[in-house]
Amino acid sequence: MTQSQFFTHLYIVGVAVVFSIVSGVPLGVCAYFFKPVRRVILTVVEVLQTIPAMALLGIIMVFLGAGKTTVIAGLLFYSLLPIVQNTYVGLSEVDVSVKEVATGMGMSRLYRLIVVEMPLAFPFIFTGIRIATVTAVGVAVFGTFVGGGGLGSLIYQGIRVQNMRMILSGTFALMGMAVVFDFVMTLVEKRLHRRFSSR
Amino acid sequence: MTDAIVRFLQLYQQRLIVAFATHFLYVLISVSIAFVVAVLLAILLSRIRGLASVLIPLLSVFQTIPGIVFVGILFLYNGMTASTVVIALTIYAVFPILKNSYVGIIKVDDQYKEAARGCGMSPMQILWKVELALALPSIISGFRISVVYTVSWAVIAAMIGMGGLGEIIYSGIMSNNNVMILGGAIPAAIMAILLSRLIDVARSRLLPRSMRRGIT
Repeated sequence: MTQSQFFTHLYIVGVAVVFSIVSGVPLGVCAYFFKPVRRVILTVVEVLQTIPAMALLGIIMVFLGAGKTTVIAGLLFYSLLPIVQNTYVGLSEVDVSVKEVATGMGMSRLYRLIVVEMPLAFPFIFTGIRIATVTAVGVAVFGTFVGGGGLGSLIYQGIRVQNMRMILSGTFALMGMAVVFDFVMTLVEKRLHRRFSSR
Repeated sequence: MTDAIVRFLQLYQQRLIVAFATHFLYVLISVSIAFVVAVLLAILLSRIRGLASVLIPLLSVFQTIPGIVFVGILFLYNGMTASTVVIALTIYAVFPILKNSYVGIIKVDDQYKEAARGCGMSPMQILWKVELALALPSIISGFRISVVYTVSWAVIAAMIGMGGLGEIIYSGIMSNNNVMILGGAIPAAIMAILLSRLIDVARSRLLPRSMRRGIT
């Protein structure tokens, strides 16, 4: 029982993070490329993050109904901010001289982005992904209220039947998941930064 | 749809206002207490760095415990009272302010503190006029994060039947009433967005011009 809820939780977080990478990185690139939409993208993403998780899930549930899809959609919106912001900041902080050299070598805008800017900004983007993942693990707890299952339902059930063991096992599983993600991804991040600076 | 909304507002107007006010009060009280506690703790930790290097990582692990668990466990011991909600929310709100204030204070350059000492300032004056003043942008960002989080977590007050906008969202979900879900969710979203904007404006008013750069 605990195990299946653990894996449901992991599944929801995993799918949501993959989707938010797939949509967040292009949005960050758009914000970097096109000045007119920059403010719009960054503001919208920030406002989405500000909306209380439960309220956001409630609003999405009106459209998508109860279930995992709603939770995944909610987490997707929630995880966008760190990814979009870090993509944008990472790309903007690439050294101007490097950008100029790339242009001077005759690279087109898009080619320069793929070959030069993206690899250099990648450590930043990865930091965004790490923050998004760890946050998503926590927010996914709310999924239980909109029928998404996961560790939240174990905890919530424990509270309702006043079973301390249930609450604690759910909590420790959740904390473990968040801490392991954070730890492993921080390690990867450090390696990325090291590789990036030794070049 | 419009019909349903009008009917909802007529029926639940009173309840909606009470829920909104309750929610806001939870946030206001918890964040106020948390702010005082967090800034005092941050000052303390900045004097005892050894303790900080142990306590800050410990607290950040602690922070991964979802608020729901706090409320749930406190509920089992403290019962169904408003204090349960306020205590849980306060504990939750302390960390972002604490971390940001601590980082803000220890990042103050030694040269400013030395200059202040050279001017004959007392340790208390250095703390108020130099360290806290320079850490202010960071403290306010922490405060903003706390406020937004607390608005979000106050929704779970409904879980133990203590009102707030969560109650309306929750009733809506349970009775499969979409208008009711939105009736609770939209005011909660508006509250969070308005408060964070308000703090942004206050921050840009409070800080001297030279310190406004680098803040979005």
